[in-house]
Amino acid sequence: MSPSLAFLTGPELLGSALVFGIIFGFLLHRGGVTDFDVIVRLFQFRDFTVLKVMMTAIAVGGVGIALLHGQELAQLHIKPTNLLAVGLGAAIFGVGMVLYGYCPGTGLAALATGRLDALAGLVGMLVGGIAYALSYDWVAAHILPVGAYGKLRLPELLGLPEWACYAGLVAMTLGIFALVRKAEAKA
Amino acid sequence: MKNPRWNPYVVGALIGLLSVLTFSLANKPLGMSTGLAQAAGACAVPFLGADGVARNTYWAKTAIPAWDYSTLFLVGTMLGALLSALLCGGFKLTMASAVWTESFGPSRPRRLIAAFLGGAIILYGARLADGCTSGHGISGCLQLAASGWLFFIVMFASGILTAKFLYGRTRQG
Repeated sequence: MSPSLAFLTGPELLGSALVFGIIFGFLLHRGGVTDFDVIVRLFQFRDFTVLKVMMTAIAVGGVGIALLHGQELAQLHIKPTNLLAVGLGAAIFGVGMVLYGYCPGTGLAALATGRLDALAGLVGMLVGGIAYALSYDWVAAHILPVGAYGKLRLPELLGLPEWACYAGLVAMTLGIFALVRKAEAKA
Repeated sequence: MKNPRWNPYVVGALIGLLSVLTFSLANKPLGMSTGLAQAAGACAVPFLGADGVARNTYWAKTAIPAWDYSTLFLVGTMLGALLSALLCGGFKLTMASAVWTESFGPSRPRRLIAAFLGGAIILYGARLADGCTSGHGISGCLQLAASGWLFFIVMFASGILTAKFLYGRTRQG
């Protein structure tokens, strides 16, 4: 069952994937987040571009989709909280991101702008993807079930109403931006 | 054009609006690493055989190698970045990075090997977590998914520690 606005299907849906992707890649490059130094300096608290882009995207997209979801014009797609798999995967991801200098999406975008190390990283990502598929049966038996809480959302977890969580999200985003401005003024 | 970069808050807001469009019009969240896992399946065919890939639980169930929404979105992302770079003269064949060179010198093979290893590590982590900076970090967090915020916080902490280890200093540069 699709929400009523989701009229894109078949070849149109595939075409829209290209169009949405082009907009996304264009924005990543214009935002400056396809640059190794911009990404790695975030983790050294020397450049906050990535954080500004991500937090604004989360706050604007979050409120927008909540409004549409409230009118039943958009469906949510919640990934399960598998505590061990998500925690361990994110820890491994952080190591890879700082060594690679990009994340999977910004790496592809950087490659398209001529960054040759991103090409080596793409080959690495394909190898990593093959390694995961080959280890999947073991992971599914031993890692994924540990701390599996299903499709958990913060309103349930915190016992707060939806609107309060979104208000909290916006307030937290503005608070982070205020801290960032302070840190940038000092630097 | 010397400074093609846009205000990061504006770019972030536009990515947020793009999410609203993909959720409502295509019923799809923004995401990257599933498509890469599908591409990995296609690349594994010469080594494992078509049967070997088709028999694998993960490729059969979660990341079917095919030209579908997820993989075409990856192609679009590359085209979009290329278009942006061409329009502002930002396309350049290079692997220069100030942060890397400060710590590891100008050796190209060293940088390529590190990028290869980093790529392998990052996608294994992304698949284990079932998402990356797009799928968990943006799409998950904006839906207030507990998994998205868990990913974001742990990834950030791990990145800070790794950067300290790899590139030495934090603030007092």
